[in-house]
Amino acid sequence: MPIYSGAKILVESLLRENVDVVFGYPGGKVIPLYDALFDAPIRHVLVRHEQGAAHAADGYARSTGKVGVCIATSGPGATNLVTGLATAYMDSIPIVAFTGQAPTSLLGTDSFQEVDIRGITIPITKHNYMVTNVKDLARVIKEAFYIAKSGRPGPVLIDLPVDVLKSNADFIYPEKIDLPGYQPTYEGNYLQIKLAAEEINNSLKPVIFAGGGVINSDASEELTTLAKKAKIPVTTSLMGLGSFPENDELSLGMLGMHGTKYANYAISEADLIIGIGVRFDDRVTGKIETFAPNAKIIHIDIDPAEINKNVKVNVPIVGNAKNVLKKLIPLVKQIERNEWLETIRDWKKKYPLYYEKDTSNIKPQYLIEKIKELTNENTIIVTEVGQHQMWAAQYFKYTKPRTFITSGGLGTMGFGLPASVGVQIGNPDKLVVTISGDGSFQMNLQELATIKNNNLPIKIIILNNGTLGMVRQWQELFFNERYSSTILTNPDFVKLAEAYGIVSMRVKDPKDLDISLKKIFEYSGPVLLDVIIPQDENVFPMVPEGGSLKKMLDLKTLIKQVEY
Amino acid sequence: MRHILSVTVSNQPAVLARISGLFSRRNFNILSLNVGETDKPEFSRMTIVVEGNDDTIEQVKKQLYKLIDVIKITDLNQTNMVERDMALIKVNCNKNQRSQVIQVVDVFRGKIVDFSIETVTVEVTGDENKITAFIEILKDFGIKEIVRTGIIALDRELSVS
Repeated sequence: MPIYSGAKILVESLLRENVDVVFGYPGGKVIPLYDALFDAPIRHVLVRHEQGAAHAADGYARSTGKVGVCIATSGPGATNLVTGLATAYMDSIPIVAFTGQAPTSLLGTDSFQEVDIRGITIPITKHNYMVTNVKDLARVIKEAFYIAKSGRPGPVLIDLPVDVLKSNADFIYPEKIDLPGYQPTYEGNYLQIKLAAEEINNSLKPVIFAGGGVINSDASEELTTLAKKAKIPVTTSLMGLGSFPENDELSLGMLGMHGTKYANYAISEADLIIGIGVRFDDRVTGKIETFAPNAKIIHIDIDPAEINKNVKVNVPIVGNAKNVLKKLIPLVKQIERNEWLETIRDWKKKYPLYYEKDTSNIKPQYLIEKIKELTNENTIIVTEVGQHQMWAAQYFKYTKPRTFITSGGLGTMGFGLPASVGVQIGNPDKLVVTISGDGSFQMNLQELATIKNNNLPIKIIILNNGTLGMVRQWQELFFNERYSSTILTNPDFVKLAEAYGIVSMRVKDPKDLDISLKKIFEYSGPVLLDVIIPQDENVFPMVPEGGSLKKMLDLKTLIKQVEY
Repeated sequence: MRHILSVTVSNQPAVLARISGLFSRRNFNILSLNVGETDKPEFSRMTIVVEGNDDTIEQVKKQLYKLIDVIKITDLNQTNMVERDMALIKVNCNKNQRSQVIQVVDVFRGKIVDFSIETVTVEVTGDENKITAFIEILKDFGIKEIVRTGIIALDRELSVS
């Protein structure tokens, strides 16, 4: 039995968990760990801000399905992880974060760079630890990885006093986990599944509402089988984009505030909603009293606390989406549902996603469609947060899971650029495109250095409208066009990228757009394209916050009653 | 409605912070919370009194169960449990009032645990109502200070009537 330092135990434990890459930023309290990493067969990606490390680990996890790992030092290093952890927590993404901590002898004395990161991160992690005895370290790491990826995934933080990293212990990596209070339910109750099948078989106007849980549990194939067998139209949450091919005739695209009209109409008219791995977030339901007023609800989710939390559920099924769907599929009948599908086809024809064509400006919607046209189905789109994110959600048409990486629940500006670092490292052979706004790009643009240093061939496209677009849109629509603090004075992004050694160009004229895009996709290294788009372009359709899904603002009529 | 939750948790640092933090973050109304070690030192038992409608209590329980350190939750309904609250009450008591105070304490099966020239401190245990009633009566003498533990409770074995 080898005797190792805490730092060495940590590295060996990571190897047992098949970790081959970690994202981090060194500091005083984690020097022993960095020393152990120096000659370990683990790639360390040096970011330029700890928030970037957390987002990169998150992007890595979202795009690969593996656990992302990040490292920060104590105090400010640890607190800089907070936004990244909260982002991962809200979207149920498995991350294990290690933070350095003051030595145990100084804990609680306000010593240099000491902060109670365990206390700070309790509400934004699935679980967290402080290891005060090196003998516990291997067990804690084993538990942390297990907790992060099992059940409803989420971030786990391990706080490590520096003396624990330095002191020695026998290295035994435990085989078993003993967590009596943590027993996730993977298999749905069969009687409930039968009940769900009956409801589906008796339903005339069912709609599947699929979310991030389908992607987390790799259940896209089963979802598609179910939808096609029982001819059920599928709408997704933002997090669920890619879980069902959007080029399929059964696809309704995204639901909710910026969802398609036909998805929102279908939900409003449905007699049965089959929610799979979704949490019925307020951005999706609008005013809860008017959500799916005629529908019974089947809710499949691995987290029992999600059931009946936001909407009243008729058939609750707690379990892993993939397992539940596998059992459900043989029980549902092949039904044609011609009438319902015809209604939906009509809506799609009458109320397509729509924007006004313009030859003098680059329309962001057109830009997204063009990116789709010039890339293949394995391309991974990563976004920041704001208008560009919604256009990327509406107009790209995702056909595969894990190809749309975005901060959904927390809506974290500054997520996209660092997340794309993790995505590209996890998917070295895939084309990674970061779609960004000029506002959110500036929140973590220092990660351009990480991209350059690792020569990650990420295509960064800034939809530059010189404003905080989504806030500006709300101000226009709901605050009498009083643009308080939303008009930005930006740096020259092309020069900025060049300062980081990244090839860059700007495009303003629609005539030049196609060629610019082709150029960046053909280029083998990292590249930034600054696209000037009109300042007053809005995201439509839009359900005002707290409104009914039936009443959407759109371009032509602004407030339009449902017309089906 | 008031619910008494008996929650078995791992006896670990920060567990109390996790539980109380969950209540405040999720906007659940906590009336009292009590923690102590169980017969097994690796576990503690928390008695949490929460107020809310059925939906809220369902969420409270489900959210609590999500915490890795929570082992078991029992929702003790009012008719099938043993419930105790304890109070220490320091009450004004000069020479002339002594016999009266002692009588009241006797009736409520309290215990005098400290005595001074001007005050006595009384210990009383019982369910919440009894203690509230006792405090009401002592108010006539003038209460100087009160401390209450909040409720601790256990499921009543069905065989015992």
